[in-house]
This record gives sequence, C-alpha cells and structure tokens, in this order.
Amino acid sequence: MKNPLDSLAGTVLCGLALTAVLFYLVRTLMGG
Amino acid sequence: MEFLHYGIGRWLHIMSGVMWVGLLYYFNFVQADAMKQAQADGTAAGISKHVAPRALLYFRWAAVVTWLAGMWLLGDKVDEAFLFRERAYIPIGVGAWLGTIMFVNVWAIIWPNQRKILGLAPASDDEKARARRVAFLASRLNVVLSMPMIFFMSASGGLFRTAVFGA
Repeated sequence: MKNPLDSLAGTVLCGLALTAVLFYLVRTLMGG
Repeated sequence: MEFLHYGIGRWLHIMSGVMWVGLLYYFNFVQADAMKQAQADGTAAGISKHVAPRALLYFRWAAVVTWLAGMWLLGDKVDEAFLFRERAYIPIGVGAWLGTIMFVNVWAIIWPNQRKILGLAPASDDEKARARRVAFLASRLNVVLSMPMIFFMSASGGLFRTAVFGA
C-alpha cells in the first residue's frame, strides 16, 4: 500500500481526516 | 502586565507561528517538488546551498519562539490544558499537544536528519538517503498535524469555542 504522505493530496486528506476525528471527539467530550 | 502577557505574548506567538508553519508549507508545497526538478536539470545545489539552510534556520528557531510564547500564554493554566483538567481548556489543550509534538518533531527528527542531508553532520551516502526519507516523512507528518493544530488554536477562545464546540 502506498504511503499517503508521499503525495501532497494524501497529506492534506490525512490532515482533514485527523481534524474531523479530533473535532468530533473534543465536541463529544465537551458535551456540545 | 496583562498587556505584555496577552497582547505582546499572543502577537509573538502568532507571528512566529506564521513563520514556522509558513516555512513548513514552503518546504512541503514548494521546495520538495522544485528540488526534484532542479536535480533533473542540475540546479539543485542553488537550493540546497543557498535557500534550504536559511529556511531551516528560521524554521527551527521560529518553532522555539512559538512554543515558548505558547507556554508563556498558558501560564498557570498549562496543566489544565495539557491534562484536560478543565472543559474549557480541552480545545487549547489538544492544540498545545499537537504543537508540542510538531516542535519535538522539528528538533529531534527533522533537524538532525537535515544536518546529514546538507553535509553539516558526517554521513555516508546510505545514511544520507535514509535521512532524506525520514526528514521527508517527519515533515509531511507535521503538515498533517498542523491542520488540526491550527483548527484547535483558532477555535479555542471564548466566542469561537462556544460557536464551534457548543460549550
């Protein structure tokens, strides 16, 4: 499997996915 | 004193952060591809000799200023943020953790490997090739981490926190 960090698009997608996961996690933790 | 702490401190934190992350994006969005093309036409030495060392100098020291100014801004709330002790400090805590991981990544992985690549530290050709791959992936990882880091930093204060996290 190709490393997504080898391409800029893969890197940006990983960043967006991590942002979304952390956002929902923190929002849930904060009870919002 | 509050003006110095929150006015000048936050200004310094954001300014140095712009330089740090700006240069990180320069390396990943501009220099990495430019270097491949420059190697193909024999002009890579111009970048590796004159541009990269200067960019790395400002990059790694901007990281220091950003992190120190961030710690100064958190002040006595540093444990609330890093240990998620207070609900209101969770978003800035996540941002602070991501920024700290990025900071450690710069000084413990990217810079030592860049020293080998640029010939500032002794390394064989094999070690240089490995250093190039490690520094590249560490730098790309910092781009990934920078995205949620900036999101949480910018959404952690008062009005913004309430609007984004509902609490």
